[in-house]
Amino acid sequence: MARKRETKTHELIRRFRYNKSAVFGLILILFLVFLAIFASFIAPQDPTPSPPKLENSLKPGFWSNESISGYPLGTDMMGRDILSRIIYGSRISLTVGFIAVGIATLLGILIGVAAGYYGGWIDNVLMRITDILFAFPSLLLAIVIVAVIGQGLDKAMIAIGIEYSPQMARVMRGSVLYIKETEYIEAQKAIGSSNTRIIFRHVLPNSLSPVIVYGTLMMAGAILDAAALGFLGLGAQPPSPEWGAMLSESRFYIVSGSWWAATFPGIAIVIAVLGLNLLGDGLRDILDPRLKE
Amino acid sequence: MKTWEYIVRRLLLLIPVLIGVTIITFTVSHVIPADPARAFAGGPKAQPETIARIRAELHLDKPLWEQYFYYMNDLIHLNLGKSFLENRTVTTALAQYFLATFELTIFATIIAIPFGIIGGIISAIRQNKLSDHITRIIAIVGYSLPIFWLALMLQYVFAYQFPIFPLEGRLSVGMTSPTTFTGFYILDSIFSGNGAALISSLHHLLLPAFTLGFAELAIILRMMRSSMLEVMGSDYIRTARAKGLSERTVIYKHALRNAMIPTITVAGLSFGGLLSGAVLTETIFNWPGMGRFAAHAVLGLDFNAVMGFTLVVAIIYVIANLIVDILYAVVDPRVKLGGG
Repeated sequence: MARKRETKTHELIRRFRYNKSAVFGLILILFLVFLAIFASFIAPQDPTPSPPKLENSLKPGFWSNESISGYPLGTDMMGRDILSRIIYGSRISLTVGFIAVGIATLLGILIGVAAGYYGGWIDNVLMRITDILFAFPSLLLAIVIVAVIGQGLDKAMIAIGIEYSPQMARVMRGSVLYIKETEYIEAQKAIGSSNTRIIFRHVLPNSLSPVIVYGTLMMAGAILDAAALGFLGLGAQPPSPEWGAMLSESRFYIVSGSWWAATFPGIAIVIAVLGLNLLGDGLRDILDPRLKE
Repeated sequence: MKTWEYIVRRLLLLIPVLIGVTIITFTVSHVIPADPARAFAGGPKAQPETIARIRAELHLDKPLWEQYFYYMNDLIHLNLGKSFLENRTVTTALAQYFLATFELTIFATIIAIPFGIIGGIISAIRQNKLSDHITRIIAIVGYSLPIFWLALMLQYVFAYQFPIFPLEGRLSVGMTSPTTFTGFYILDSIFSGNGAALISSLHHLLLPAFTLGFAELAIILRMMRSSMLEVMGSDYIRTARAKGLSERTVIYKHALRNAMIPTITVAGLSFGGLLSGAVLTETIFNWPGMGRFAAHAVLGLDFNAVMGFTLVVAIIYVIANLIVDILYAVVDPRVKLGGG
């Protein structure tokens, strides 16, 4: 049994390694995780120095003779090092993605399992509620929730978590409906296992792969949405080095020629979102049995 | 099931969803704020007598179910309350802003759909060749790109570095809007024979429309490619080839039709993305639409405006999805048999 499981894992790893874009996505994400963990060692400057060095305001980076050493990507209007802020910002974005998807997964599993496993009126009621939430385009749902519960990074995480929970609920429900009909669940019922035991020991572990696949893809969306909320002034607030908020603070300087202050945080967002999308797509190809040849 | 039966069935299913949406907007505006009258009166600075007057005006002294009844009655009469930021009714404001947003989203779609479909076809019939790799990169980058960042980059390149396009707005400064027939500046300037306004409005429209359409283009491209690949591998395509039909006929007459079906769905579903994207795009390009209005309203805690916008967008989105489903049923007769 143990050996068989090992070969299965090996097969998955082998298939993963052949999927070039998934490997590339994983490398991008590991790179960001590395930056986030070792930010205080890697970042050349303090991301939010106080008092601000205003004499360094909007200095270009390595491509120009006007650059100041130690500030390779230039400075923003407050004279802060953009590279250091981006490095520290990776902590925020990865945390937001993780917590928002965590909230979505928790809610989604709760709703999806209840609907899929128990069926009947519970399923009907829960699915009609998700239908209603699906009537709001995704980012708008988060904006409305923020309008109600208030602005700020923590509120934005909750809002984005709620935004993605109906999607996760549908994924879980589909998966549970499929597993429920399998023979080993029937066997469990026949030997008198309780519903709780069946759900925790059999249904949930077997629904792990869709949760991983869609969780990864949702994390990409969550990071993008958190940045959008930050950009609109509804998420992370200045002086937080959150990438969306950085973009928002620098957007007006772009038309005076200081393109770097808004460009690099945007590239950081692209790297994070692209990495997660590539990884998620790759994992879907590998783990989703319905897409297997 | 006949097509019209299917449509009626879907329309009936729409009713509970819309009621649910109104319950949410009602709850958000009347139940959740600790003191809705204060919120409507403009927050902590409001005078006590104003609050008392508003409480009576909005029936906030009545039981909840009665308040909901009043709320629905207002909605049926298209009364969404007053936007205190703009000092006029939300309905008037939205009616004006809606057309600007609609013009923008239509042009975004006009950019996204043809390019997405053509790109997807090219990518699929030249699978694993250079053009396929390029379109796939455009697709994956396209849907990983923050729309507000793309907007800023386009502004920098095309409005600052090479000032080909205007930075923001809907018409050149100092130009009066064309005589109103439809509210779409493009159509209005054509109808009124106002050439200068036509050029100016097209000129102002291109960057924001491209920004907004790009993410949708990426989604359509991806879907078109994968469904085209799937169809090209099916038995009936092999049969068509075996009959000796030319590759052109096989692709354009046989494969394309079926490959379009999932693409229609995705295009419809991504319409919601356009409406969300409009909030960001309009804010950056200072486009006088519903999205910019909503962004200001959320920041300014203008609850009536936020809820009015939310309701309108939810209705548009639900109807767009319904139209997609109906189109789907018309194109693919198997859908109706599923019992929807």
